[in-house]
Amino acid sequence: METAKKRILTGNKAMAEAIALEMERDPSVFVLGEDIGNYGGIFGSTQGLIEKFGAQRVLDTPISETAFIGAAIGAAAEGMRPVAELMFVDFFGVCMDQIYNHMAKIPYMSGGNVQLPMVLMTAVGGGYNDAAQHSQTLYATFGHMPGMKVVAPSTPYDLKGMMISAIRDDNPVLFMFHKSLQGLGWMEQLDVSAAHVPEEAYTVPLDKAKVVREGKDVTIVGVQMMTHYAVEAAERLAKEGIDAEVIDLRSIAPIDKDTILQSVKKTHRLFVVDEDYKSYGMTAEITAIVTEEVFYDLEAPPRRLANPDVPIPYSRPLEDFVIPNVERIYEQVKALMDEE
Amino acid sequence: MYEQMVKSRYYEDQMVEVYTEGKAPVFNIGAGPVPGEMHLSTGQEPAAVGICVHLTKDDTVTAPHRPHHHAIAKGVDLKKMTAEIFGKETGLGKGKGGHMHLFDPDVKFSCGGIVAAGIPHAAGAALASKMQGRDWVAVAFIGEGAANAGAFHESLNLAALWNLPLIVVVEDNSYGISVPKASSTAVASNDLRAAAYGISGAYVKGNDPIAMYKASEEAVARARAGQGPTIIEIETHRYLGHFQGDPELYRDKAEVPGLRQLDPILKLRNMLLEAEQVSEKEIEKIEKQAKKIVDEAYQFARDSKYPEPESALKDVFTS
Ligand SMILES: Cc1ncc(C[n+]2csc(CCOP(=O)(O)OP(=O)(O)O)c2C)c(N)n1
Repeated sequence: METAKKRILTGNKAMAEAIALEMERDPSVFVLGEDIGNYGGIFGSTQGLIEKFGAQRVLDTPISETAFIGAAIGAAAEGMRPVAELMFVDFFGVCMDQIYNHMAKIPYMSGGNVQLPMVLMTAVGGGYNDAAQHSQTLYATFGHMPGMKVVAPSTPYDLKGMMISAIRDDNPVLFMFHKSLQGLGWMEQLDVSAAHVPEEAYTVPLDKAKVVREGKDVTIVGVQMMTHYAVEAAERLAKEGIDAEVIDLRSIAPIDKDTILQSVKKTHRLFVVDEDYKSYGMTAEITAIVTEEVFYDLEAPPRRLANPDVPIPYSRPLEDFVIPNVERIYEQVKALMDEE
Repeated sequence: MYEQMVKSRYYEDQMVEVYTEGKAPVFNIGAGPVPGEMHLSTGQEPAAVGICVHLTKDDTVTAPHRPHHHAIAKGVDLKKMTAEIFGKETGLGKGKGGHMHLFDPDVKFSCGGIVAAGIPHAAGAALASKMQGRDWVAVAFIGEGAANAGAFHESLNLAALWNLPLIVVVEDNSYGISVPKASSTAVASNDLRAAAYGISGAYVKGNDPIAMYKASEEAVARARAGQGPTIIEIETHRYLGHFQGDPELYRDKAEVPGLRQLDPILKLRNMLLEAEQVSEKEIEKIEKQAKKIVDEAYQFARDSKYPEPESALKDVFTS
């Protein structure tokens, strides 16, 4: 049987494999960051690379984010293809100048004459009580600023394919992976964090959302954990005769309007769910796009669910209260369906 | 000093147990009474107690992500601190902060999860002290890994420029997570970097609480007298992983048992007995008392209630 041969990989291994394949193919690809060598990355995204490629191309750095992310920019301008890791996205504060004033602006300010073919990968997400400085998602923060592609894959297949696309892309790509979807031994073991991943190199586009569940009654747009929760909620809704279409956004910037608009034109209802802060966020952006472009297709006002604009609290009942979950998606979509 | 060290060690030993509760069969960081990351300081006690004995309630301490020994040495309310780590409403931050984010304004203690971020805060406290005409000092504890962050260099330059009563204590436990000091730091020890700012530096060898006490005494006196900042680096040891659950593939399995032979608490105990400063009986009394205080703190944390979920929405702004 064919399925017997299918190889299952966790999210982190899929990422590490993508980087390894590109390093084999292209000698200008190298990796740098904190604990990405012998440790293999705190979230396992560089596992096994140092054994394969040695410390010349897999560089452990000091805790000097401004310096090593800035160095990645400098090296990229010279034609190298660095893959840098900022361990937790929350740490962007210490090195944001390099990211948004330089990585994201030099290509433009140079009139397109300077290319920065680099990837900056970083872990996002909460749900394990790591509190306000280690649990943010911040999709919108980066999506807001022009000049970098921002992606957030949700499956091992996409983690591999989008990482390969990101490394081959001539533009800076911010690659956000979700801690819970890496399939690590010290996180809650989720079924969705391991799946079949082909052995060969393949690409997945950096600017396309994906319909992960087809439906006709309501469109639910999510990203990473929220997509997986939305699918679960959709299965429950299906039992009550509500047929939800679920879209995995995958790309924060550029955002794939077409897939979303097509879906809303079919279902006539929109629900957006995000693990990031609500105000000025991804849910607002998608809701605005839909109301601007297909307002008359809507049968009810769009609804959105996101972190209620508070830092992520530590204590379990508090964190459970602020991060959206399956139950709340289910309830709110039901409420949306009741609206005329 | 001995009492504080015993208290700190016993506190961390208990935490190892409590943190493991509920996390099996598959280790799940988010499960059990104490979820999230847990960075323990077992072995690093001398760095904290050696300087904190010279401090009063009015002196400021900022600590990093590995804060328990500093908090205990500075006299943070142990019950409220433990309740915070358990995520209870009686905690220092009503369950909002957690183990890396402990704030006790009563004894001017704070810590945080962003490497090196506490150094400028301590410089700011030192600036306030100077502006208010006080002789209060500020101490920033950091790891040797953090000494490579921009905040370290910027803050020390500022403190030197403004002649602030700031002391930066660098705990050299040889690793920044998995990265050994030799691969992260271009100089052998961070006290050498003091020369770059024209300030004083001291290096304390052998995880020695007495030597730490002496170096700190000088630095604190200098700061109080308005004679400017100091960097003290202390050689110390982390017996446990970077965080609980760390597979520690980056160090030899034999390293820790070897380090444990050099235990600073045992060393101090023997020293006190040899010098006949205290009797075995008195030492045991001290140990018993310290353990009792810790046990009470854990009991308080367990008995306390979780906060109401809706309270997550409060305190974004104060008043
Ligand atoms: C700005 C920033 N970068 C990276 C991290 C991740 N991180 C947390 S602790 C740590 C290592 C710190 O090493 P060191 O300063 O030597 O302290 P130790 O853990 O050894 O006590 C790192 C890299 C962080 N919390 N903040």
